[in-house]
Amino acid sequence: MPEQTVLEVYRYLPDEETEPRFQSYEITYRDSWVVLDALDHIKTEIDPTLSFRWSCRMGICGSCGMTVNGEPKLTCETFIRDYNTETIKIEPLAHFPVIRDLVINMQDFMEKLPTVSPWLITDEDKPLEAGEYLQTPAQMARYKRFSMCINCMLCYSACPVYGLNSLFTGPAALALAERYNLDSRDEGTQERSDVVTAHDGIWRCTYVGECTKVCPKDVDPAGAIQMLKLSYALDWAKSLVLPGRGR
Amino acid sequence: MSRELTHPLPRSWWLKRPPYFRFMMRELTSVAVFAYTPLLIWALWSAADAASFSVFYEFLRGPLSVWLHVVVLVLAVYHTGTWIALTPSVLVLWRNDEQVNPNLITGTTAMLFLSVSVGVVWLVLV
Repeated sequence: MPEQTVLEVYRYLPDEETEPRFQSYEITYRDSWVVLDALDHIKTEIDPTLSFRWSCRMGICGSCGMTVNGEPKLTCETFIRDYNTETIKIEPLAHFPVIRDLVINMQDFMEKLPTVSPWLITDEDKPLEAGEYLQTPAQMARYKRFSMCINCMLCYSACPVYGLNSLFTGPAALALAERYNLDSRDEGTQERSDVVTAHDGIWRCTYVGECTKVCPKDVDPAGAIQMLKLSYALDWAKSLVLPGRGR
Repeated sequence: MSRELTHPLPRSWWLKRPPYFRFMMRELTSVAVFAYTPLLIWALWSAADAASFSVFYEFLRGPLSVWLHVVVLVLAVYHTGTWIALTPSVLVLWRNDEQVNPNLITGTTAMLFLSVSVGVVWLVLV
């Protein structure tokens, strides 16, 4: 490996510049460093004006998502040693407005998440004294994969459908809808259908599948969206044959 | 209020990353399947009388037709194969509270496809 690593970092300072640019930082190569360590080193030792988001440093909070050599990545678990190139290009997550440097505006994503009603919906609330809503491990296994999302937005950054049309509800929000639809304690499938099956919902997805490949938690949003398509289509077919017998 | 920058996707977005290119190829190969349908319609139409069928039959024997069929076959197999590979994501099956192995779903789908294809070929040739 080279003794030096060059990080080519996307810079945009809205108060001083009108156009973004790339700035190169040469740092000493360290085998144990992830990209976030390198960015932290740059900010602390070389250039304090560099802005980026981070928090937990252990792939849980989902704050440090960036584009590394063209791929959406969590920079806290992306090792520099995994790149054979001497130069590593760091850009903000694609498809989101850039506020400054590597910091993107996530408002659109935050507004989309609650639209799919990502909580347990029941026809009737049990009284408190009736106890918990019980569930077996097997019932939990049906949706567990889709519940692991950390809202890092890598899937939105990898999705060209969202990049071409930001009205698309998007992978993470739709996977969350399927997570609750598959929950044995939930009865909100029909209530979610207005948003999920809307023009900008599941039917906009063309199954590029990159959302699943970049997901750091193996959530499989692409699979969730196709499962939603299948279940709502079957629901529709059932309602034609047996009116009032949809899911 | 600071100015935020947006970067719209260029028309060539599908050339930027190999997975996007493969996706576009998967979609574009469906055009070949669609483009083959006029030939099938011609086949049905020509079956009405012997003279028409003779013209159609001669076309099928020509080099243009052979090349067309080879190209369409390759594209159709690619298109079908890529979709079969995606089947386990859509068809998540459970047996005795255990998820059915995705490879089993892919394999079964591929075998079904091959069986039907062989059946059709047998029906036509025998």
